[in-house]
Amino acid sequence: MKQPVIKLTNIKKEYVTGKVTTEVLKGVTLTVAKGDFIAITGRSGSGKSTLMNIIGLLDTPTTGEYILNNIAVESFDEDELSDIRSSQIGFVFQSFNLLPRSTALENVVLPSIYAGVKKKEREERAIQILTKVGLVELINNRPNQLSGGQQQRVAIARALMNNPEVILADEPTGNLDTASGNDIMNILKDLNKQGKTIVLITHELDIAKQAKRIIKIADGMIF
Amino acid sequence: METQELFKLAYKSLIANKLRSFLTTLGIIIGVFAIIMLVSVGTGLQTYITNQIQGFGSNLIFVIPGSGTGSRTPGGVVVNKLLAQDATNIENKLRNYAQVAPVVQQVSTVKYKSKSEKSTSILGTTANYTETVKNATVERGTSFSVSQAKAGAPLAIIGSTIKADLFPDTNPIGKRIFIGNNVYTIIGILKKRGAIFGIDQDKVIVIPIAAAKKQFGVTQINAIYVAANRDSQIRFVETQIKKVLLKRLSEDDFTVQSAESSLEIVSNITNVLTIALAGIAAISLLVGGIGVANIMLVSVTERTREIGLRKALGAKRSDILKQFLLEAIMLSLTGGIIGIAFGLTGSFILAKLLVSSVTPWSIVLAFTFSILIGVIFGMAPAIRASKLSPIEALRYE
Repeated sequence: MKQPVIKLTNIKKEYVTGKVTTEVLKGVTLTVAKGDFIAITGRSGSGKSTLMNIIGLLDTPTTGEYILNNIAVESFDEDELSDIRSSQIGFVFQSFNLLPRSTALENVVLPSIYAGVKKKEREERAIQILTKVGLVELINNRPNQLSGGQQQRVAIARALMNNPEVILADEPTGNLDTASGNDIMNILKDLNKQGKTIVLITHELDIAKQAKRIIKIADGMIF
Repeated sequence: METQELFKLAYKSLIANKLRSFLTTLGIIIGVFAIIMLVSVGTGLQTYITNQIQGFGSNLIFVIPGSGTGSRTPGGVVVNKLLAQDATNIENKLRNYAQVAPVVQQVSTVKYKSKSEKSTSILGTTANYTETVKNATVERGTSFSVSQAKAGAPLAIIGSTIKADLFPDTNPIGKRIFIGNNVYTIIGILKKRGAIFGIDQDKVIVIPIAAAKKQFGVTQINAIYVAANRDSQIRFVETQIKKVLLKRLSEDDFTVQSAESSLEIVSNITNVLTIALAGIAAISLLVGGIGVANIMLVSVTERTREIGLRKALGAKRSDILKQFLLEAIMLSLTGGIIGIAFGLTGSFILAKLLVSSVTPWSIVLAFTFSILIGVIFGMAPAIRASKLSPIEALRYE
């Protein structure tokens, strides 16, 4: 077996509201190897989003162990997690989450600004990635001057900016028409072929089927 | 995050809400403007009055009719009991310690050929007036003698305004002028003194005291100026004056005031005034600061998703904190700089019209204050932004 990039062992997550404790994840164990392409599916309320937040280092588990690319992440504080997140994980969101007042180029360079990459270097790299996703002519357009599919491609370019090991895509086709959705899936598949590990969160079966593996989650557990 | 990027970010978001940023800045502009203007007026007033009093000489003691409360009639008119004899009595007593000059002062119209000067201050005094009052010096010509003053010789020493208005091109010395219906010969010109509160001090003519009494038909005098020969004897001279005067007059009939003590009183009053004015202005700056805090809180709430996104993309708490803090500082600093510019302009304009003097400390104060306001009032919203959880923030609609 290839080297694991994501290794979750018995992850539990509880939320306490007042006196009521809700257990959202009830012991999830999951290993994702380098170069894998998994689709996590499940209904809303299944714990899928919480799992994604934990994988993306946006949230911490109540108990359990998470090793991301050989880093045991539980021992780090918020700011250190920011650093790990920015170097290891690229996010793609359902609603694109581009900064409305910034151009495509400015949106794409954002992660590398926080990673401390020099201006010239980061702009060269951003243009290179935007060329790869077919948007080189639109680098100075703002999000409202781009179609939904184009915006999501900018978001993917942004996710690739710091050359992370894992691309975490949360319903990336959810706000797109079928053609644009297929476009995005093809880009993700291409990235996977180039060696990126892809974690896709979706509730659409046709989209999930395009991954190498489907992980079903229901009621806080993996089936 | 690089400083340059932070500045770009702050600038961009302020520009994106131009009107809102402008209105917030306006609060600071008004506050800073008010501080500089009001402090300038306060200190200007102080410098001005101080200069005027020192202009007369710091060793000068004034005796004026009436007391602060005593002998004023209900209408507020001073019952004048001061006579030239009182000045003579003081002079006799303090011959070795001070110069004494009684003064009769009236307003009259002065004519030379076809030209005339209305409401000119006519000062009837003795020969040693120019030695008693420091800034009353004869620049050209001569003063009148002791005997000429006593005899009421029709001689006049004119102020520089009279010279400029009535004798623009000619030498006035030796010329005859009319004060009322009497003819006087000009023997000297006084050095320019400037204006106090818009009152021209050079629109004056000094004539012998006896002539003035005759001219205006008065027996009382308006003031006695006493100049102590030594600064160390001012107090002694003051008590002696009181002693002499009390022999003939009651305590309520006169007031003895030294320039030194007036100076002290004036500077106390103006200091309090300046501080009070600065305090009032500081309140408006404080209100401006609250405006900054308010708008920053709105901005943080509006951009909750953006904050979540930035955190997801690797922004640390400190990056977010700096971003919002810098925005607040830029708002208040911009206001501060514009306010200083307006304040300086305003003070200079005011200096021409009234009194005002720009003090460096008020500018430093205003500048520091506006940065401080950015930091203090920007801190709470910025901390709030930096503490947002990325998941919550990304979920925020």
